[in-house]
Amino acid sequence: MKAWAILVSAGLSLGAVLPARAVAIQQITSPGGISAWLVEDHTNPIIAMSVSISGGAALDPPDKTGLANLVTDLLDEGAGDLDSQAYQGKLNDLSIGLDFSVGHDSMVIGLKTLAENRETAFGLLGLALAKPRFDPDAIDRVRSQELSALAQELASPRSIAARALAALLFPGHAYGRPADGDPESVKSITRDDLVMWAGHHIGRDALVVSVVGDVTPDQLKPLLDAAFAGLPQHVDPIDIPDVAPQGAGKVDVIRKPFAQSVAAIAEAGVKRADPDWYAAYVMNYVLGGGGFSSRLMTEVRVKRGLAYDTESFLVPRDHAGLIEASVATRNDRVVDSLAVVKQEWVRLAENGVTKAELSSAKKYLNGSFPLELSSTEALAGLLNVIQRDHLGIDYLERRHKLIDGVTVADVRRVARRLLRVADMTTVVVGDPRGM
Amino acid sequence: MLPECWARFVSSVRIAATRADLYKDAGGAPPSVTGISMTASRAALIAICLVLTPVASASAQMFDAQSFTLANGLQVVAVTNHRAPVVNSIVYYKVGSADEEPGKSGLAHMVEHMMFKGTKTVAPGMFSRLVADNGGNDDAFTTYDYTAFYQNIAVDRLPEVLRLEADRMINLAPREKDFTPEHQVVLEELRMRIENSPAGKLNEQMNAALYLNAPYHHPVIGWRSEVEQFTLADVVAFQHRWYAPNNAVLVVSGDITADRLKPLVEKYFGPLPRRKLPVRLRTDEPPPLAARSLVLRDPNVHQPSWNRLYLAPSYAKGDSKYAYALQVLAEVLGADSSSRLYRHLVVEQKLASEIWAGYEPESLGMTSFDFYASPNPGVDLDKLGAAIDAEIHDVVDKGVTSEEIERAKTKMRAEVAYARDSLQSGAFTFGTALAVGRTVADVQDWPQRVAAVTPDIVNEAARAVLREQASVTGTLLPTRPGEEPAAGQGGEQPIPELGKSLR
Repeated sequence: MKAWAILVSAGLSLGAVLPARAVAIQQITSPGGISAWLVEDHTNPIIAMSVSISGGAALDPPDKTGLANLVTDLLDEGAGDLDSQAYQGKLNDLSIGLDFSVGHDSMVIGLKTLAENRETAFGLLGLALAKPRFDPDAIDRVRSQELSALAQELASPRSIAARALAALLFPGHAYGRPADGDPESVKSITRDDLVMWAGHHIGRDALVVSVVGDVTPDQLKPLLDAAFAGLPQHVDPIDIPDVAPQGAGKVDVIRKPFAQSVAAIAEAGVKRADPDWYAAYVMNYVLGGGGFSSRLMTEVRVKRGLAYDTESFLVPRDHAGLIEASVATRNDRVVDSLAVVKQEWVRLAENGVTKAELSSAKKYLNGSFPLELSSTEALAGLLNVIQRDHLGIDYLERRHKLIDGVTVADVRRVARRLLRVADMTTVVVGDPRGM
Repeated sequence: MLPECWARFVSSVRIAATRADLYKDAGGAPPSVTGISMTASRAALIAICLVLTPVASASAQMFDAQSFTLANGLQVVAVTNHRAPVVNSIVYYKVGSADEEPGKSGLAHMVEHMMFKGTKTVAPGMFSRLVADNGGNDDAFTTYDYTAFYQNIAVDRLPEVLRLEADRMINLAPREKDFTPEHQVVLEELRMRIENSPAGKLNEQMNAALYLNAPYHHPVIGWRSEVEQFTLADVVAFQHRWYAPNNAVLVVSGDITADRLKPLVEKYFGPLPRRKLPVRLRTDEPPPLAARSLVLRDPNVHQPSWNRLYLAPSYAKGDSKYAYALQVLAEVLGADSSSRLYRHLVVEQKLASEIWAGYEPESLGMTSFDFYASPNPGVDLDKLGAAIDAEIHDVVDKGVTSEEIERAKTKMRAEVAYARDSLQSGAFTFGTALAVGRTVADVQDWPQRVAAVTPDIVNEAARAVLREQASVTGTLLPTRPGEEPAAGQGGEQPIPELGKSLR
């Protein structure tokens, strides 16, 4: 067992030292060979586990989009000897939170339990992963729920825009297809498809496990085996190609009778391992990631009253990176909002950020980091992302230096590289005038 | 930057809107170790953590909390949780949309927005910037009964946010040039939450139909025609009338104790003067005599929904002896996949894809007991409604079993530990309770009061509340083919010329 004591002292960069808090990450391995990171915290009688399983919706066959999503929906709908109601009843009766979700790159599982129920909780997860039943009535029910949810998405201009944008950016690639599928594909998924997917893409070599809370290493080891040792050793090779976003310069208007148009904008960004990641991260904070301190918010909302919400964000996928922005404005002023967004794109690309902006960004990005540690679940999720992105077990200790190391020149370089107005892909959903 | 759970504050319809619209906002971005997705939603009208279910809202006895009151009337609660060197600091003002004068619907929320627009010594926008530069984040929200402002920040920066918060309570000095664009921002918010959301529109209509005389008749964000007419003078007068230490509750949760908090609060809030406060009037509802039924058709609806509200007592108004029993009843009927409605209508009869019952007793006036259901593809909404009515009749006629009650209570007890684990839950729970006239002891005793609930009182409460004549049923449907979209988007006022010159 290797234990690392890490001080999260994000306030250092402010010149004032926060009360340092030790987050000791232990790297443990169970007798059955399951590895996990553990942070013991006996403050409350709660255990939270975050698990990711590499793969995800990108593995769906093109004509079966939504398959991984349906699998994740069904894992807790009956397993082993327990049918759906029996399984759900055990979770509900003990207030065990078990949540499965799937993105393009991975399936993510959140487990939260009172410490006294830990054996049942981890055992139920083990059953769901190794022996899902996929009972026909559960499949029908969950399929109906998915179809209803897909229909409901059509009432949301944001959802419509996000789906259309992905299709423009990644034609022919899994990232261009929606993780929750479309009605036709969801209707076509069979029980065999579900069994096949689960059997080939859930395995021990794809697991990333993080645990936080009221549990000791010796208590946790058999729990890990109960949850994961029953899985096959290997998943099928993940063979998703890297892809560069397409659709440069395209503007697509999807005309719908909404009172306010929603615009979604994207172009090539950076992946998490990119050497310019931290510069891009700081740049995005200044551009549109920093809430009320961001340039987009200042120019679009505060000065002009053109939107309630506008933001930009980085999307680092395993096989592509994006920078995205969104803005929602009354139909007769969308053109103006988009012009302001573009103007800020150009201004940052041409002039970079000021020293004061850089300093503010660093103060926030470092100073706010301890807020991420404020609940058992939040910390478990954070540790999982650190593992999954290969940031290193000492990342919490190094993070503030990585951010502090970003210079005005770094931001200017990455802004020039990323913020290319001519390459923007734009989708507007609503009834915009003048477009 | 926001609480984990975005939740309802009034009705199940709101939940539908929330799940459909807000949850999706994150755009699938990963957790924020990378800090990628930060939804800036100042003034999130309905973003109240913890009231997702009654269970989480009032998790209690296990909070490590102490309270005190300053000489000027400010109530203060410290909720200790040393997990991380951070705090959540929140000020609740005992004023909400239900305190607005006729013709000024939405003004409390407009004031909330303007609280970020500068004081005599802090420039417009600087509040949030100073919080951010200190590594914190902040937001605010308005409901029927209260307006709240919060910050999450490292505990050593708490003095700075308390200083800023005390300053804007008394020294707010917004300018016309900042009001004009913010007025437009609020109208954009109205478009986003209501006009762009069929569920949001139905929710407004249902509440207006439910509350015949209570000031919950008008929506928190206000009716457009009145919101459009606001002036800066309206804002200043309303803020001056209601914002005072003797009308506020400060709760700080996290790495703090009352002993450490008290000198800070004395220093920053102690010197603020009391104000003479208006009466908070929550007019009585007349006895409801007629079941009401509303149909909203909208071209953007592709998935219909069925919604039902019953006028119900709160902790403060009506037969409040039922307030705990109704929380247990909501748990039995529709809190999760083992609840009655899910088992019967989703699993067995296969009529609904989603079904939910809920009840929120933290209200100064009457409140509602709510149902929401989404039909399976191809299921007629009337058939679904009839099946839900059959379930409601069944519970009224035959009551619930003691096994169901015990199961619900066990689950509610377990949730207490989870609520205690979150940084915000203590602050939001005490703030909400104190803002609607409850006490610290009320919150702390919640587990015992839930434990004391019997099948008899639950059955009595069900009979008292789930009465047809006290109900409003709302259905959300697509526009009929060839039908014109509902009006409501035309007739907007011309926008002032704001920042026309793009740099």
